Amino acid sequence: MNDKNRITFGLIVFIAIVTFPFWYNLGKASSAPELKLSEKAKAAKECVKPKEIMRQEHMQILDLWRDTVVRDANRAYKSGSGKTFGMSLSSGEESCLGCHESKTEFCDKCHNYASVAPYCWTCHIAPEEKKPEENKPEENK
Amino acid sequence: MNEKYLYSLIAVIALFLLAYAGVEAAGLQYLFGIIIPYLAIITFVVGFAMRIMDWASSPVPFRIPTTCGQQKSLPWIKHNKIDNPFTGGAVVIRMILEILFFRSLFRNTKCKMNEGPRISYVWEKWLWLFSLAFHYAFLTTLIRHLRFFLEPVPFLLQILEKVDGFLQIGLPGVLISGVVLLAAVIFLLLRRILIPQIRYFSLAADFFPLFLIIGIAVSGIMMRYFTKVNIVGVKELTMGLVTFHPHIPEGIGAIFYVHVFFVSVLLAYFPFSKLMHMGGVFLSPTRNLPTNTRAYRHINPWNPEVKIHTYQAYEDDFREKMIEAGLPVEKEL
Amino acid sequence: MANLKPDELIARIDYTPPSTGWMDTPTVIRAGMFCYAAKPPSVETLGLPYAREWNPLDDDWKLPANWKEIVLEGLRDRLERFRSFKVFMDICVRCGACADKCHFFIGTGDPKNMPVVRAELLRSVYRNDFTKAGKILGKLAGARELTLDVLKEWWYYFFQCTECRRCSVFCPYGIDTAEITMMAREIFNLLGLNIDWIATPVSNCYKTGNHMGIQPHAFKDMMDFFVDEIEEVTGVRVEPQFNKKGADILFITPSGDVFGDPGTFTAMGYMILHHYLKVNYGLSITWSTYASEGGNFGFFTSNEVMKRLNAKMYAEAKRLGVKWILGGECGHMWRVINQYMATMNGPADFLEEPVNPITGTKFENAKVTKMVHIAEFTADLIKHGKLNLDPKRNDHLKVTFHDSCNTSRGMGMFDEPRYVIKNVCNNFYDMPINCIREQTFCCGSGSGLNASEDMELRLSGGLPRANAVKYVHEKHGVNMLACVCAIDRAVLPPLMQYWVPEVDVTGLHEMVANALIIPGEKKKTVNLRGEDLPGMEDEADE
Repeated sequence: MNDKNRITFGLIVFIAIVTFPFWYNLGKASSAPELKLSEKAKAAKECVKPKEIMRQEHMQILDLWRDTVVRDANRAYKSGSGKTFGMSLSSGEESCLGCHESKTEFCDKCHNYASVAPYCWTCHIAPEEKKPEENKPEENK
Repeated sequence: MNEKYLYSLIAVIALFLLAYAGVEAAGLQYLFGIIIPYLAIITFVVGFAMRIMDWASSPVPFRIPTTCGQQKSLPWIKHNKIDNPFTGGAVVIRMILEILFFRSLFRNTKCKMNEGPRISYVWEKWLWLFSLAFHYAFLTTLIRHLRFFLEPVPFLLQILEKVDGFLQIGLPGVLISGVVLLAAVIFLLLRRILIPQIRYFSLAADFFPLFLIIGIAVSGIMMRYFTKVNIVGVKELTMGLVTFHPHIPEGIGAIFYVHVFFVSVLLAYFPFSKLMHMGGVFLSPTRNLPTNTRAYRHINPWNPEVKIHTYQAYEDDFREKMIEAGLPVEKEL
Repeated sequence: MANLKPDELIARIDYTPPSTGWMDTPTVIRAGMFCYAAKPPSVETLGLPYAREWNPLDDDWKLPANWKEIVLEGLRDRLERFRSFKVFMDICVRCGACADKCHFFIGTGDPKNMPVVRAELLRSVYRNDFTKAGKILGKLAGARELTLDVLKEWWYYFFQCTECRRCSVFCPYGIDTAEITMMAREIFNLLGLNIDWIATPVSNCYKTGNHMGIQPHAFKDMMDFFVDEIEEVTGVRVEPQFNKKGADILFITPSGDVFGDPGTFTAMGYMILHHYLKVNYGLSITWSTYASEGGNFGFFTSNEVMKRLNAKMYAEAKRLGVKWILGGECGHMWRVINQYMATMNGPADFLEEPVNPITGTKFENAKVTKMVHIAEFTADLIKHGKLNLDPKRNDHLKVTFHDSCNTSRGMGMFDEPRYVIKNVCNNFYDMPINCIREQTFCCGSGSGLNASEDMELRLSGGLPRANAVKYVHEKHGVNMLACVCAIDRAVLPPLMQYWVPEVDVTGLHEMVANALIIPGEKKKTVNLRGEDLPGMEDEADE
């Protein structure tokens, strides 16, 4: 029956769509990106908060920092261990990228993997990489 | 309290506890993160295919489309090509409108008995609107989740997420599809609980998927906005599943396993339930056939041989009377 | 029913369902809401099983001992033969869009008349015996066991469905309760549980050619009587032909129109039109006494019986050697012709593709079934100016049009009859849009429920239709309800009498004939009903 062929065809198309992820990734390895810490970060040993919290909540910390800096002009952050950090994503030695020097290695790797597109870089300019020492551009607010 | 929705609610709560305790207390990450999802997807695909082929195995003996517009007849009478489709192409359009826009549901009216008495039929758009919202939000959410199953993530998917999150509220940005999904599913649930007529014929099997989908939506929203989850770890797990190198990364919270378990239950439940309307809508003989039966003969594969009362037998019964009345006969007396 | 006044009937309607679930609410078979059981001889005519005397009000229905087995086997068999049935059993999500679309629900408030619940009555048993979920989860999955009470409940409610398909227009999956009702009724027939108002017409139609059981000579007698009547009104003596070999066209219409008013006026209308075409254009149209029934109550029995009755149309057309068949005004007759006939009894290779010999119009939409609806035919004649009409003769009428369920949702014939009406009378007002065309309401008596013992059911089910007529009556002064269905002509008069007594009922071709200027006619002063024509009142008095 003609009808049955058509139904079978439709069903095959449907199953192909449902199983799309299986054959899209065929033959690809499934390794998650390894996070490489810069020498500077390794040397610093500690971040503003423990690693697990940083992994899951850094976006909210950054959000909070932005508000604090802009509204209260407060640029210093005192961590639990008493260490002081600059409340800035990319300005100065004490900023995030001051320590985690490579945006590509530190930010993009995971963001790309999880398909996350933060809008940090619509305002901020990522520091030039490769050269460890360089001029930090002004935070353009 | 209505036992029908109570049972369904209890079932979903039990499923939650099972997954939560299974991971938190018993450490069954491997079961809930790998074995059950694999079984669920197999059940879904095989069960879905079997259901469709089971339907296909029954023939369509008669061509019985519901005609919802003017037939094609005389050339000067305006033919409603979509609601009374004469050709296969027109049927395709009718089906597209049905499947993508819920055209029949769009016609919905609400009947009311007024003083007079005058019975009125008012256009009732809310069921249509929320059903459409629910299905599209679910679809968008589903497609968005492909980011966990594809590496590299295709560009189109990134665009979709950008569009879905264009409001840029909060961090991580609110995705409209998730909010709409939850709102619509709650509307559909409340409708079933609050409208007496709908409640009257709703089954436990109608409440269960609604509660389950609410569970899926809530656990997903929790993970994204509140409890947070190790997203890279999650993708590592999901990518492991789709590349057939399953493994359980460290540091993923129990709520993720609850979410995955709910989805697995929904998938496995799908082929055995009314959710199969997804496939069935394509096979409905009142919608998917052209209305040209007077111009093209539809074949019934089991067209039965039947005994009929022939003219000869009829004339034999009445010959005398027919002749007397002056009616022509084949055989004189 | 005479004991319940319209406002009392309305007051009784309550759309709030009871607090107990439908499975736990027993069904009580109530007089006035069902039709009498089939008499054994009528069941025997066609050799259908378990013919016996039984009464729906009795506890014992005298069922065969293995009735349950027969029902379940009947279900299984039909699930395998009808995809529609199988899919409709599986995919309903109980969204409720159909719930308030049924005229029986609107008119009775009985929640088991919501199409979704009507279907669930059967689905619950389907789940119990044919699905995994139902077998494992039982009542939670909406399953229940088949018991005698369940069977009786089916019988009661599947004979409270007129197979009008209004619910299927609104269903997002096109689930058609008519299809489910048809399956249920096929199963009843496996147990000898038909109603007499269906079984006896079927038996009559099989044996004598028409539902009324009118034998050939009596059929001719009645037509002769119409000839006299027509002569009295018009002065023209028409000469209908019967069983005429070599005629151009075979004409088949429901026998109800030969039998009772106001259908008889429509039958006279056909005869006048045939005469007009014969005299003016030499067109030879014949009636048949063998195929003297357009309607097909087999449609309400089983697909096999429907086929057995329908077969006569082609058989007679072949025997007489006509070119094609013209069908009269009827509802379910046209669903059968439009959606079943060619499949069941085709191909009709011995006929020609229908062409109107007067206008040259090819009826391409009917090229394989070779059967044309008389509204299509007449509309074509009018469009080409082939009928000499004086619509002023119908000026005393303010007309609205009732779309029959079957020609609407099983065919889609909306504009042809309206075109004809607008050309034969000057005052036409459609009912509100949600009550006409594909959303039309049933007369409340379709699918073989037009008996007299179920009058309460019929008047309740006809309420939505009557209410819409009342609306145009009050707004525009409508006094005539036109229709293209013999059952409508039989059942709408008592319905109107009950709800809107000021409105009368007519067939389309009664109005056509009244407006038609026949060659050689005398100065007409009255119409076919013997009512004064507008402007001719004085002449009538002479």
